[in-house]
Amino acid sequence: MAIDTSVRPQTETGRSTADFQSTTLDANAPVGPIETRWDTHRFNMKLVNPANKRKYTIIMVGSGLAGGSAAASLAELGYNVKCFCYQDSPRRAHSIAAQGGINAAKNYRNDGDSIYRLFYDTVKGGDFRSRESNVYRLSQISVNIIDQCVAQGVPFAREYGGMLDNRSFGGAQVSRTFYARGQTGQQLLLGAYQALERQIGLGTVKMYPRTEMLDVVVIDGKAQGIVTRDMVTGKVESHAGDAVVLATGGYGNVFYLSTNAKGCNVTASWRAHRRGAFFANPCYTQIHPTCIPVSGDHQSKLTLMSESLRNDGRIWIPVRKGDARSPDQIPEAERDYYLERKYPSFGNLVPRDVASRNAKEVCDEGRGVGPGGLGVYLDFADAIKRLGAKVVRERYGNLFDMYERITGENPYEVPMRIYPAIHYTMGGLWVDYNLQSTIPGLYVIGEANFSDHGANRLGASALMQGLADGYFVLPYTIGDYLANLGPSKVTTAHTAFAEVEAEVNERTRRLLSINGKRTVDSFHRELGHIMWDYCGMARNDAGLKQALNRIPELRAEFWENVKVPGDGAELNQSLEKAGRVADFLELGELMCLDALHRTESCGGHFREESQTPEGEALRDDEHFAYVAAWQFKGVDRPPTLHREPLNFEYVHLTQRSYK
Amino acid sequence: MATALTLYRTTIGKKAVMAVSGLILVGFVVFHMIGNLKIYLGAQHYNDYAAGLRTFGGPFLGNSQFLWLARVVLLVAVGWHIVAAIQLTRLSQTSRPTRYAQKKVTVSYASRTMRWGGVIVLLFIIYHILHFTIGAVGYTPGQYQEGDVYQNVVRGFSVWYVSIFYIAAMIALGFHLYHGVWSMFQTLGVNTSRTTRALHTLAAVVAGAVVLGNISIPLAVLAGVVR
Amino acid sequence: MNLTLHVWRQKNAATQGAFVKYDARDISPDMSFLEMLDVINEELILKGEQPIAFDHDCREGICGTCGLMINGIAHGPQRATTTCQLHMRHFKDGDTVYIEPWRAHAFPIIKDLVVDRGAFDRIIQAGGFVSVSTGSAPEANALPVPKVSADLAMDAAACIGCGACVAACPNSSAMLFTGSLIAHLARLPQGQPERYERVVNMVEVMDKEGFGGCTNIGECSSACPKEISMDVIAWMNRDLLRATIAKGKQGSQ
Ligand SMILES: Cc1cc2nc3c(=O)[nH]c(=O)nc-3n(C[C@H](O)[C@H](O)[C@H](O)COP(=O)(O)OP(=O)(O)OC[C@H]3O[C@@H](n4cnc5c(N)ncnc54)[C@H](O)[C@@H]3O)c2cc1C
Ligand code: HEM
Ligand code: HEM
Ligand code: SF4
Ligand code: F3S
Ligand code: FES
Repeated sequence: MAIDTSVRPQTETGRSTADFQSTTLDANAPVGPIETRWDTHRFNMKLVNPANKRKYTIIMVGSGLAGGSAAASLAELGYNVKCFCYQDSPRRAHSIAAQGGINAAKNYRNDGDSIYRLFYDTVKGGDFRSRESNVYRLSQISVNIIDQCVAQGVPFAREYGGMLDNRSFGGAQVSRTFYARGQTGQQLLLGAYQALERQIGLGTVKMYPRTEMLDVVVIDGKAQGIVTRDMVTGKVESHAGDAVVLATGGYGNVFYLSTNAKGCNVTASWRAHRRGAFFANPCYTQIHPTCIPVSGDHQSKLTLMSESLRNDGRIWIPVRKGDARSPDQIPEAERDYYLERKYPSFGNLVPRDVASRNAKEVCDEGRGVGPGGLGVYLDFADAIKRLGAKVVRERYGNLFDMYERITGENPYEVPMRIYPAIHYTMGGLWVDYNLQSTIPGLYVIGEANFSDHGANRLGASALMQGLADGYFVLPYTIGDYLANLGPSKVTTAHTAFAEVEAEVNERTRRLLSINGKRTVDSFHRELGHIMWDYCGMARNDAGLKQALNRIPELRAEFWENVKVPGDGAELNQSLEKAGRVADFLELGELMCLDALHRTESCGGHFREESQTPEGEALRDDEHFAYVAAWQFKGVDRPPTLHREPLNFEYVHLTQRSYK
Repeated sequence: MATALTLYRTTIGKKAVMAVSGLILVGFVVFHMIGNLKIYLGAQHYNDYAAGLRTFGGPFLGNSQFLWLARVVLLVAVGWHIVAAIQLTRLSQTSRPTRYAQKKVTVSYASRTMRWGGVIVLLFIIYHILHFTIGAVGYTPGQYQEGDVYQNVVRGFSVWYVSIFYIAAMIALGFHLYHGVWSMFQTLGVNTSRTTRALHTLAAVVAGAVVLGNISIPLAVLAGVVR
Repeated sequence: MNLTLHVWRQKNAATQGAFVKYDARDISPDMSFLEMLDVINEELILKGEQPIAFDHDCREGICGTCGLMINGIAHGPQRATTTCQLHMRHFKDGDTVYIEPWRAHAFPIIKDLVVDRGAFDRIIQAGGFVSVSTGSAPEANALPVPKVSADLAMDAAACIGCGACVAACPNSSAMLFTGSLIAHLARLPQGQPERYERVVNMVEVMDKEGFGGCTNIGECSSACPKEISMDVIAWMNRDLLRATIAKGKQGSQ
């Protein structure tokens, strides 16, 4: 597939959707000293007169940390909000699964943390592929998030003095992570959920659970509404609004096996992409090093265990290949604590991508443990000696229980077995500094946007970003857009809605009428294998090209041979899956394309052709210090690449090294 | 008053009524059991005690006035207790229209016998009053002597099946109290995870004492120890 | 291993449901219960039949979406475990397994094993929150919270809203769910200002939704995947009584 990169003169907004002549995108990032950019920007933004706010309707797709917090905050400001989620309750969004914690530059530990350091760590951790202005704003806001959540009654861990406790987390050398046992995401989400329910009770938010968004409606280049399917009755409906916000989470499920929930999907983002929203850095996916290994083909999802486990657990494998002895039979001398050996200063706390790749390496060498040799030990014997079982139970009790429940092994006695799994997607719909996509009026927040994490996300930073977007960024920036526009007159009576509804119905009809010989899951599994093998932890030219041949074939077969039972006018879980997999089959191709074009290695994107002698990711800043934002040109037609150049005025480009 | 009514409208309020009325009833049963044991001190003592119940509170209260007071309190308590019980039972039936094909009990059975146990206790009380207080049942004509409580009890329990009925009723009551007494504290919000065990023991002790204390009497009569 | 399943099938709320028998062949003990159902469904689809509809999402025991009555026990035989985390190694070859949906007037069946738990959200709407609008929060460490309070609050806050308590309760009472929220917020200083108003409003809605009254049986707590203790129920009872007394006082003043 060739990549078309036609040139056009810079537009001042960088938002025009109609036709693109430019290869460079403008992020609308304010200039001036980085410390004051957000303040200046907020001051320059137009405000909506409080009395007029209720005249605006905002459509919020998603009720996770990002969507829930945004919907509640916007409603508190006085806007009408319509909020959608596919689960039966907003409380179940996958944010709930986050275990480890949330970062904030509070410096409660007096260990040298600061807004600037969090900013610095995030840019560096993201391997210099994120936007400085956004990251700095994120660090600034991080402190307000903790205040807000504590006030909501989020039961963060405390010290005996009654003050908030912190721990150090994946790659950070300061303790800036706030946590609530092993259920931080759950507690933060419940906080946002409760704020949301409060507004629902007040009638300022109308909640639509079990309702899936199937398309965006763009009128005169502006996002003016969405088309949804009621997952209980199958009713396809239109909703009009002054702006549409996507907070629909990540697309890790393109790999079939991931730590995402079964329902996580790319449909909302992908439909918007097809309507003109650029998709940025799709190939930036994060592999999480501490997941429970696969036990068989029946595996339906992978379970992550918070990497906080790496704070006290030691990772090792037998020195000898194919050493079949049980771990307790292997003497110290014949164990290889490979992370501690290779990275003395960080040891087991190296960033996720480094830890993951090293695990893959040793397993490829044939030194892996457990079924299929796809696993390494995470050993708590020393920690239990050092801290005592009680402390270990206090810190990790629920994770240990979870592990035992799934594997039937007791980690207090035998070392855990872990293996990397797809966990997070840094890529997503491209947004400017205001979190607005290339479709005016279409905003994207949380994991769904291409986010502030560059090529790799630091642990405990996604919760921070989701809540920053939802509580403290979007409520300001969307106001600017609305104030400039005035309340829109568009209603669902507009022909555009009827047209999109027709398309949606047609697609459903098609899926139901194929009546082929393969189930949706079998296609999803196969796609997952292709993605994992060729676009997973390590990627290379040949593999990606092969994937780019196989995915379109698989997609073609899907549309001829998939079997979707039942009809559209009822709860039909196969139909739901089919629609999602159909979109994954298009996304997968774009991911491989992006991975192929980015011949450098950076963060979560590791190109075997581009590595240091020690096997570290080797960036090519000269050619790739940009965000790759892809414009949809039609299925089976090459997308257009647009570049947002990244310049680093504060954090100076250096090769990441965790030696 | 208004707030009390709103409270009673809630399920928790109804439950609180059960707890309070239950508390009164438990108090009575315990007190009554102790009184009953006086039978071992002989006819004189026992009859005086029964008589004492009637003259209690004098000279301020006239004859039997205190007793009537107590009876009113008890009647109101049982009445409330039963009304609330029936309301909660009805509610629980409507709140699950279709039953499970399979449903396992994973915790104490005593809690499941509250309703039937209660009904049995109620029937017992009715019979019991007709029996000992009024002498309308369980006696051959002329056997029941108003005032000679001691003999009434002895003659009453000499009929083996009456004794069996009493003993059965006491066991039903025991179950009711075993769950009830703990449950009372839970309902009134006195219970915490730290006190749960202690309260369960207390309940067991109260229930055990009432059952054993009471059962011992018909047994003693049948065994001829008390005659 | 092989099992015989009796699964409740019901097209929708309007129609009558019934059990249908299915044979589960060569099930691996490492499968989760839901993965076992996945296998059955794949076969059904290829046979051109309707797959069994059941709710699930995270499949790691935290979202609270899944929930089945398995042989008469909510979430199945293993304690402190959601249906999605229950593994087949807890069953024996040849076992017969009855699979039913949560049954309660307040949880109408949508299809097969899928029920509508919207009543839980409405209970929260009635007051299950701290009214603190975005931006109005004070500095997080301005108000110290004793570690014990924070830990006790966390114990109650662990509730995942799965509904097993209601499903398991002989009275279909939602006291454990509601109590866990009440206790979570009442155990923190942040929850104090609205404490009594909250309990009154939430209990009112809880009753209105048609859940039964609690008679302290305790099946809820024993079915709860997060082992929420019954003392949250005592806590809620106490707070409601206190709220009433307080109101009464105001009235008489
Ligand atoms: C197992 C796990 C552990 C993690 N641990 C941590 C951690 O310790 N720290 C950290 O910072 N981050 C962690 N993360 C990452 C973090 O949890 C997520 O990135 C973040 O919560 C995403 O929040 P979100 O609001 O953007 O999306 P989500 O929480 O996924 O919400 C998506 C919402 O969109 C809705 N939705 C999706 N598609 C549609 C559609 N088509 N129509 C209608 N609605 C739709 C869903 O119903 C849902 O409400 C973890 C992630 C996982 C999977
Ligand atoms: C074997 C055990 C018991 C014995 C021997 C016993 C004996 C008596 C006697 C002799 C009387 C009549 C007292 C009088 O007329 O002065 C009486 C009255 C009564 N008993 Fe019992 N009793 C027993 C158990 C119980 C129990 C378990 C209950 C309640 C659950 C109960 C409830 C009553 C009541 C309500 C009265 C009527 C009191 C009144 O209004 O005069 N008794 N009992
Ligand atoms: C004099 C005899 C009785 C005593 C001492 C007694 C005592 C109690 C007590 C202490 C409780 C616990 C209240 C709570 O849980 O807070 C209780 C509950 C109950 N009682 Fe009784 N009761 C008696 C008679 C009855 C009767 C006659 C009925 C008739 C229906 C009855 C039915 C119930 C029921 C249904 C409960 C509910 C279970 C519960 O709340 O835990 N009881 N009783
Ligand atoms: S209390 Fe337990 S059983 Fe009830 S909803 Fe919460 S987690 Fe589920
Ligand atoms: S089982 Fe039911 S009766 Fe109460 S204690 Fe639990 S809610
Ligand atoms: S599916 Fe999320 S708890 Fe079971």
